[in-house]
Amino acid sequence: MRQLSYSLAINEALHQLMASDPSVFLIGQGVKSPWYVGNTAQDLLERFGENRVIDTPVSENAITGAAVGAAIAGMRAVVVHPRMDFMLYGFDPIINQAANWYFMNGGKACVPVTIWGIVNRGGEQAAQHSQALQSMFAHVPGLKVVMPSTPYDAKGLLVASVRDNNPVMFIDERWLYGKLGDVPEELYEVPLGKGVVRRTGSDVTVVATSYMVPEALTAADELAETSIEAEVIDPRTLKPLDEEIICESVRKTGRLVVVDAAWKTCGFAGEVSALVAENAFDFLKAPIRRVTLPDIPAPASRTLEKAYYPTHHNISTAILSILHR
Amino acid sequence: MTSFRDNGMSPYPIELLERLYRQMLRIRLCEESFVQPILDRDILCPCHLYSGQEAVAVGICASLNDSDSVFGTHRSHGHFLAKGCSVKELVAEVYCRDTGCSRGRGGSMHLIDPARGMLGAAPIVAGTISLALGAALAYSIRGENSVAVSFFGDGAAGEGVLYESMNFAALKKLPIIFVCENNFYSTHMPIRDCRVESSIFKIAEPFCMRGVEVDGNDVLKVYEAGNEAVEQCRRGEGPVLIECHTYRFRGHVGPDDNIQGTHTDIRPPEEIQAWFAKDPINRFEDYVLTGKLFDEGMLKRIKHEVAEEIADAHVYAKNSPYPHPEGMAEWVYAPNKPALRRP
Repeated sequence: MRQLSYSLAINEALHQLMASDPSVFLIGQGVKSPWYVGNTAQDLLERFGENRVIDTPVSENAITGAAVGAAIAGMRAVVVHPRMDFMLYGFDPIINQAANWYFMNGGKACVPVTIWGIVNRGGEQAAQHSQALQSMFAHVPGLKVVMPSTPYDAKGLLVASVRDNNPVMFIDERWLYGKLGDVPEELYEVPLGKGVVRRTGSDVTVVATSYMVPEALTAADELAETSIEAEVIDPRTLKPLDEEIICESVRKTGRLVVVDAAWKTCGFAGEVSALVAENAFDFLKAPIRRVTLPDIPAPASRTLEKAYYPTHHNISTAILSILHR
Repeated sequence: MTSFRDNGMSPYPIELLERLYRQMLRIRLCEESFVQPILDRDILCPCHLYSGQEAVAVGICASLNDSDSVFGTHRSHGHFLAKGCSVKELVAEVYCRDTGCSRGRGGSMHLIDPARGMLGAAPIVAGTISLALGAALAYSIRGENSVAVSFFGDGAAGEGVLYESMNFAALKKLPIIFVCENNFYSTHMPIRDCRVESSIFKIAEPFCMRGVEVDGNDVLKVYEAGNEAVEQCRRGEGPVLIECHTYRFRGHVGPDDNIQGTHTDIRPPEEIQAWFAKDPINRFEDYVLTGKLFDEGMLKRIKHEVAEEIADAHVYAKNSPYPHPEGMAEWVYAPNKPALRRP
């Protein structure tokens, strides 16, 4: 199959969505600027014009709200925030308005908006250019939250997000932008709410999100050399969560490690742990382990960054700690 | 009130005058009909009554059609009715019944009727301004000549999103009318304690937008300003800011108090009396009677019809079922079409 990078898979999804549906438009700070959005918006402006590819002043609150309002008024809006940190000015339109709108209006108006927040970290960018806030959004009823880990999913999940009639948080990761993978040329969806088993194994279930999926696969390959077989599950959508794929795997392996490169407390890893404790407790042979960021703001200095972000080593250590009990 | 022409005739068609009057009266009688049920605790949902401000919603909405949109606030019963939405659905929603416009999920502060262009209301101060901006953006992208109206209070002028939205609207020449209903109080706080400059229309100037100030208790003045703004937006020369000076005859929330249940109004009694003297409905009645445009019998007939309509709406609401708890999880997510085939 044709190979494409993660970022160009996003770009192709946008091209095809905009070409196939005149109600789709892209708005946000820096859509003209590769410095902001990499090559994800490449050639969109030239092809679709300023009317549908709208670069904006630095006004995250109003622009996010405008995307939400346009969706209420019949558009399929995509609003991009080149750093998730900047999106926090848009909490009101995202949470108070978009997430609640369909429910609090008794189903009279839906909000087909995709709120695209890029996690862009590393390189000594420090606390306000590094945050991964998926758990905060996954907490809120009415929102859907997706985190693609492969080029195939980046395209398919973006298509599904934009075609969804609800507000979807599409959270991608700059660290994955150069990653190559098979990407079909046609328009397709990866359905929201469906996880995938990335690797089968019988000894431990590893549930990993976003860029921790390749790290988990690396850890699993290393452990396989010592005859430890890890099953790696990529939920792809954090909300709605494919609960069954996780529980089914744990019922088989009896062990669970959850890997999410975000803070630990009240986070997605804790949510998956609770899900398994509630639904597959009798199958557990060992305590659940979480591999997350420490509950510390992102540091700048490279020495601190190296210690801050988990890698396949942390995942292997966590797996071994519950296997050798 | 707007003066008559020399020949003693009004410059306005009688049908328009009747519509303005009926709509203002519908709002007033509807709002006043909620007072006793609130005091009796038949209505629990917090109600921010619109009595006194009727001329603003009615005057602006008179120039809009169903494909133009309105976004409201916590105090939006008036916007909903002025946009031509159903009295029954409003009253049922205030009673939180399943037959309400938001099926009892939203209550008084979440009023919607997309078919009529009432696209929603929300009590986060300034929270819907950017949504109206988005509706205007949608019209602009689609090349339609519809107009979006954002109603907000003077309190919203303290929120940053208003300025962001005005800048973006002006930058893109979007068809949006920002309507500030300045009733001089941000809940309990008088405007002099909120702002150094109390004239809100002046905030349009740095965005090179037209900002106008009107007597918000004169429905014809509001109508003129609104009509001009709508025409300007339809010509692709938006946006416009209209500041309407008005006053609420009731408390911030509930019938006569600023903090529900205490039955106190922190506003000076002489100020309240002065505004009662400028009651927009009384002023309109004086106008049509003085000009012999309506006779007493016509006013009586309209009052009777509207009163009956509202009484019927209460009966309808009180006979309507509450939402069933079994249906609580409905409407959290909208359904979707089948997914595109996976290769």
